[in-house]
Amino acid sequence: MTMTLTDPALGETTLQRLRHKRRIALAIPAAIIAYLVYAAISFDIGGLVQRARFDNAAILLSDFWSHKTHVTRENRSGEVTVAIEGEGKGTYPTGMLPEWVTMENGVTTIDLGDGHVVTYDDVGARYLVPGYGLIDIRSEGGRPVMTAPEPVPDWISVSPNRIGVTTDAGRFSFSRSKVETFKYQAGWELWFFTLDSPFYGKSFTELVGLATVGDRIDANRSNIASMVNDFWTNRMWRHADVAWAIFETILMAFLGTFAAAIVALPLSFVAARNFMPLGIFRGAIRRIFDFVRGVDGLIWTIILSRAFGPGPMTGAIAIAITDAGSFGKTFSEALENIDDKQVEGIRSTGANAVQRARFGVMPQLMPVILAQVLYYLESNTRSATVIGAIVGGGIGLLLTQAIQTQKDWEEVAYYMVLIVLMVMLMDSFSGWLRRKLIKGE
Amino acid sequence: MVDIAFGPEPGKRPDASGANARYLEMLRRKRMYGGIMMVFFVALMAAGWLTAEERNAGDFWSGLPQVIDFPAEVLTEAWMNRANIAGYAWEHFPALIETINIAAVATLIGALAAMALSLLATRGLARWPRLIPVFRRTMDALRAIPEIVIALMLIYIFGGGPVPAVIAIALHTGGALGKLFSEVAENADTKPIEGLASVGANWSQRMWFGVIPQVAPNWLSYALLRFEINVRASAILGFVGEGGIGHDLKVAMQWGQGRYDQVVAIFLLLFVTIVVIDQISDHFRHKLVKGH
Repeated sequence: MTMTLTDPALGETTLQRLRHKRRIALAIPAAIIAYLVYAAISFDIGGLVQRARFDNAAILLSDFWSHKTHVTRENRSGEVTVAIEGEGKGTYPTGMLPEWVTMENGVTTIDLGDGHVVTYDDVGARYLVPGYGLIDIRSEGGRPVMTAPEPVPDWISVSPNRIGVTTDAGRFSFSRSKVETFKYQAGWELWFFTLDSPFYGKSFTELVGLATVGDRIDANRSNIASMVNDFWTNRMWRHADVAWAIFETILMAFLGTFAAAIVALPLSFVAARNFMPLGIFRGAIRRIFDFVRGVDGLIWTIILSRAFGPGPMTGAIAIAITDAGSFGKTFSEALENIDDKQVEGIRSTGANAVQRARFGVMPQLMPVILAQVLYYLESNTRSATVIGAIVGGGIGLLLTQAIQTQKDWEEVAYYMVLIVLMVMLMDSFSGWLRRKLIKGE
Repeated sequence: MVDIAFGPEPGKRPDASGANARYLEMLRRKRMYGGIMMVFFVALMAAGWLTAEERNAGDFWSGLPQVIDFPAEVLTEAWMNRANIAGYAWEHFPALIETINIAAVATLIGALAAMALSLLATRGLARWPRLIPVFRRTMDALRAIPEIVIALMLIYIFGGGPVPAVIAIALHTGGALGKLFSEVAENADTKPIEGLASVGANWSQRMWFGVIPQVAPNWLSYALLRFEINVRASAILGFVGEGGIGHDLKVAMQWGQGRYDQVVAIFLLLFVTIVVIDQISDHFRHKLVKGH
């Protein structure tokens, strides 16, 4: 097929344009790649890979789904403690032991599973590793001395004051002051009941039995009430505090968003061209909106927490101030775009300014306001988490505290799951409300 | 004709009498519901504020006069040392560049991810229509996790620096933009895609030549808006975590009195940057969306 062109110059310009477009189409990705390369250099990606602590990543990931139990013996006193995550709150009381630990006549036997057995006794400690042999450590003059099959593999670390063994079954370390064994198990231990609760270690069917037909453990209240109480006051996971923190975060978002809308609505009339003919007022209010938005939530949070102290009210006010600026801008833009005919109609019946605003303007404005407010409500739930971390309130505070201690990663995982659920819940709630209110019931 | 309109039985005809009274009754009921909703809302707000105030370290009315105190103290001190401010602003300029770079790289990576995710999650365009719900839920989850959570965990692994912030913001951006992008792509005209399919174009070619040119202006506009948001997020992450202008601000604030000139310098830098980026992106967004 041949193409005929009436004007040869047209063909030339078309081709030129095509070439130009192709150059642009190549130049944009090239520019993006060049920028990313520059950024990679300025962010020092090469050094980052060297500095990265992948062992920390391993700890983090394993903590997310498992827990460890410490079996510790103080060498001076000979006292043995068994504690979940090594915490006081998770220490087994005297007379109570997990089934894989036995204590008889001063000999402690720890069964790590798969044939791995650790024994503590008066002379020292022994670790039997299947397929390798017995690692025998005795304390001589305060120092640990090891006897193990030669050659010593690299998963045993030996130094004058400490001997450490890491296997798939667990970790073992012998130092001058104490002997420690860590056993890793899947799951978040003590999530329902702590060790001091009579319901600890019961299976689900046993619990159902106790709750319905079983005898009362505490004569003063029903078993189900005791269960709820023990769960709610769980010292390890602090369910009551966490629930309150989530509530506080949602409260901050709710109060902040609606207060912002209430403040911004009347002001936006002043900032709209068709309602405020005086340019001075209009400009002043608009500059205030711009200023409030530009200063940013971070700065407002800092200033306000100096005045009001840390807490959820400070967070709510910070959200309110920042969002008042954004709302003011969008509301006044929406006001400028409304249809004048309705307002004229209301005016023709002799309505005053307030009545015109109520019956002529608000019905047109309401969908915009609702859509904006509900959208911000959802996004502020997320902001309230971050602001909570700065002002010290809500789930954000719990989360940053848990992260900063750098060991309770299972709690971090728990809070993350809760935050994601909370945000998703608010997302679907605001979406549902928006459909209900704007598109008609 | 009347029978056709209202049905054959005479009983089914609407009773035209008393329409006025019924209209007024409906209005009354509507107003009553509105009133109840209003009272409920006001009660909820009041209870909420009281609860929040009770849990706060300081109360509202005694704190209110102090709102001005801190900025006033900062500003008076900064005014006394106003000669230093320009110098400090220059000193902290690299940190500002870092903050903007974090936001820009995160927006770029996030937007690229969002492009792919949104096309895969849009009905009518998806490569694997059965997997649409998977991609949608992925975007939801990415959107739901606050940046700070990811950033703080990555700081534990990578140590400080800008990369944790970039990854955290990029992940969030991917989810947030993906949703908006997909809403735009849903409205794209399918004729160019059909045309491309008829000449044997594969999926990526159909998307690249048939969809992207249609949605590019709107997508760019959303990406610019996101960049604006990400600059703020990057400053906040610096304050809570590490790196960039937010971190400098935190350090200067911790010095307290005697360093307020530095606080003001950093604050001015941040404020001017945010306003300038706002203005520029506003201008281009108007051009992109309304300029055609």
